[in-house]
Amino acid sequence: MLNVGAISEGFVLDHIQAGTSLQLYHDLKLDEGDYCVAIIRNARSNKMGKKDILKVECDPNTLDLDVLGFIDHNITVNIIKGEKIVEKKILKLPAEIKNVIKCKNPRCITSVEQELDQIFVLTDPEHEVYRCKYCEEKYKGHKRVR
Amino acid sequence: MRHLMSPMDFSVEELDKLLSLAMDIEKNPKKYAHACDGKKLATCFYEPSTRTRLSFEAAMLNLGGSVLGFSSADSSSAAKGESVSDTIRVISCYADICAMRHPKEGAPLVASLKSTIPVINAGDGGHQHPTQTLTDLLTIRSLKGHLGDLTIGLCGDLKFGRTVHSLIHALIRYPNIRFLLISPEELRVPSYIREDVLDKNNIPYKEVERLEDAMADLDILYMTRVQKERFFNEEDYVRMKDFYILDKAKMALAKQDMLVLHPLPRVNEISVEVDDDPRAAYFKQAQYGVYVRMALILTLLEVEVC
Repeated sequence: MLNVGAISEGFVLDHIQAGTSLQLYHDLKLDEGDYCVAIIRNARSNKMGKKDILKVECDPNTLDLDVLGFIDHNITVNIIKGEKIVEKKILKLPAEIKNVIKCKNPRCITSVEQELDQIFVLTDPEHEVYRCKYCEEKYKGHKRVR
Repeated sequence: MRHLMSPMDFSVEELDKLLSLAMDIEKNPKKYAHACDGKKLATCFYEPSTRTRLSFEAAMLNLGGSVLGFSSADSSSAAKGESVSDTIRVISCYADICAMRHPKEGAPLVASLKSTIPVINAGDGGHQHPTQTLTDLLTIRSLKGHLGDLTIGLCGDLKFGRTVHSLIHALIRYPNIRFLLISPEELRVPSYIREDVLDKNNIPYKEVERLEDAMADLDILYMTRVQKERFFNEEDYVRMKDFYILDKAKMALAKQDMLVLHPLPRVNEISVEVDDDPRAAYFKQAQYGVYVRMALILTLLEVEVC
């Protein structure tokens, strides 16, 4: 078994669908900061068979974890302080997601003005429907929920 | 400061007030002839339009204001690659209010986020066309006397027809509204209107392909043109464009007090022989379009006329 040291402050994302942690790394924009990150892929899991784990040493308030609710609400988020789990965050669908997915409507203004933020708004929480803020096109892409 | 992006931006009460103002303008045009003296309307039209742009311009001129603007993307700085956000920031320095038409959906919303003057969506791609909806509502209210208790047939291009989408959004807020959606399979109302608007609000509707099957039930028949500019494929357009033609024989199947509306321009979908039928209201509708845009300009500029 591979051993990765404990972190003193930050968060541990557990139960990530195996093979998707690198994408998650980018979705959380971890590549844009000077964070100490451990990515564990294909770890053994009683519940899932295989899973990925992401450990990030940082101030937990600096990152927007809400987007995880959109990507995969089955991920377990453990907030760490003093090398201990101080909170388990329950993921909810975010009301708005910015620059995570792109509008695929060729008639949308974002298709020609690419400096615009790609914003999707939760319009139907019951059916988990997100629509482009600008053209109201429904997001039909692959959501990595299980 | 308020903008108008969708007919849903106004509550039913606000809409009633706006339509009442438009009806007062129709009765007393002189009272409003100088209401906007010294004010300027910018018409930023990134795609060709005759009647919507001229209707806006006529509305502002009738109020004593003046107009400036452009009528195609080629004659604007968009041809040089300027963004909508930058254009509206500049236009905000020149005018008091802006009407924007753009082929890309959501462009007027982008403008409204950066603008320091009210922005009116004058049509964005196949998405929304709220001032056409206000025109349609005023026409129905003026000629029928009410906006509820109606069976409305929407016929033609229900997929790309933004006037249809906006009208559905607006009408479902009135009691006892029923829709007959008359279109070929390929041009049916998009799923987001069916699921999120009609189904979600329990609005009765039926989808049919033959106009003849719907005529007898209708209080309003709203005809639309199959728009060439919405098709990526010329072949599909040619196949669809003459799918429906309203003529005297079909009008004979309708109620005596049914109204025929059309956002215009028409091509072949309403035969000219229908024009003299007292139920043909589409040219009156164009006149109502000026009154309602006058009322809208006054409302967004917060001009009160005593």
